[in-house]
Amino acid sequence: MHVTRGFTGRPRVSDPGLPPGQYDAGDDWPVLSAEVTPDLAATDWSFRIDGRVAEPRTWTWAEAHALPTSAYDGDIHCVTGWSKFGVRFGGVSLDAFLDMVRPATTATHAVAYSHTGYTTSLPLADLTGGRAWIAFEYDGRPLPAEHGGPARLLVPHLYFWKSAKWIAGLRILDHDEPGFWEQNGYHARGNPWEEQRYSGD
Amino acid sequence: MASGRFRPPSRFAVPGRIAVSGSTAAVWRTATLTGIRRETARAATFRFAVPGWAGHVPGQHLMLRLTAADGYVAQRHYSIASPPDDGGHIELTLDHVEGGEVSGWFHTVARPGDRIEVRGPLSGFFAWPGDRPALLVGAGSGVVPLMSMVRHRRAHGLDVPLRLLVSARGPRDLIYADEYGAETTPVFTRSAPVGVPVGRMSATHVAPVMAEAPPGGWEAYVCGSNAFAEHASRLLVEAGQPVDRIRIERFG
Repeated sequence: MHVTRGFTGRPRVSDPGLPPGQYDAGDDWPVLSAEVTPDLAATDWSFRIDGRVAEPRTWTWAEAHALPTSAYDGDIHCVTGWSKFGVRFGGVSLDAFLDMVRPATTATHAVAYSHTGYTTSLPLADLTGGRAWIAFEYDGRPLPAEHGGPARLLVPHLYFWKSAKWIAGLRILDHDEPGFWEQNGYHARGNPWEEQRYSGD
Repeated sequence: MASGRFRPPSRFAVPGRIAVSGSTAAVWRTATLTGIRRETARAATFRFAVPGWAGHVPGQHLMLRLTAADGYVAQRHYSIASPPDDGGHIELTLDHVEGGEVSGWFHTVARPGDRIEVRGPLSGFFAWPGDRPALLVGAGSGVVPLMSMVRHRRAHGLDVPLRLLVSARGPRDLIYADEYGAETTPVFTRSAPVGVPVGRMSATHVAPVMAEAPPGGWEAYVCGSNAFAEHASRLLVEAGQPVDRIRIERFG
């Protein structure tokens, strides 16, 4: 341990919800997209799942909204260091979509991609079992464009770069294919509780 | 793989510029503070000697951590202000953020000889190796990674066109004010020297530099607060800059 002379830091709050190396952003919700926020109307939005699945399929906004709704109440964690507590997203569980396309038994990973072309890679196991959503709402209102509206992927148990904004689809794969940040030195899985920020962590 | 790598149907706006080494980014290194230079009332530059620093490309950032006696750790990402090949030194320019535990330590406690830890350089998407013509647009301390690019170009006498639009509240808030040359157009939002208009960056600032675009166009790099980044990136798009050639780094 290299103690920094004279550094005391914030008052300590024992918060079991805060992963290692993170701080509580409070009411802030920083925007960190690397591209121009797209001007994407809900009527122009679509979501597709294909690749190693039995029945590839595309949903329109209306078709996605016809699926059973599901909410996430909890925390989110950004690799840059902030965590945000007590957020509420509304949308549809990703399980509802995956159940309809039926991933092959050989499927192990997915690349999530945005309407901007952004990509991020995830183990398929992190997208199933009620742990991932397609989110349309934040705090009871339509998701703002700068936060990924009209719809974003939500995988809150991983660092938030995995929760692709302006989600356009998932390509289901039988191997890992690094997405944008993963090719730029970030971790393949990104579990905040193990502080998997960069490749090699 | 026979099928090749998956490519999304729309091209990503900001493909990475350089390959990034995972191994250099994984190591925490001790950095020794060797000097502090005041830039504005709110910002100062901190110079460090970093033995073993792998070298960076202008535009890259690092992660820094401070450790308290009880083991409490605070980590932050900061853009690197200095150009590469600075003799094993790097410089960071930090705003004094109100209530900021890390920037507060730097601005009120730190002195030469203090040691902290850094890892990096990190990320390749905002990097500028000095190859393509670059249009740089920054506000406040968002100019920091852009200054690394300006300094790199100057240090190597590169011919590649480069323009910088930098927004500040007033002349006294303009970081690196003495270093800018003909490549830079400052924009003042609250107060300005006599004869210089006051106001937010607008199409009238962007249009002339877009008109100067070299053959093949500009690679645009935008850095600042989210509000500024949203505003500036829209101005660029409205002026005809392709969205897939605008890289944005937002504070946070």
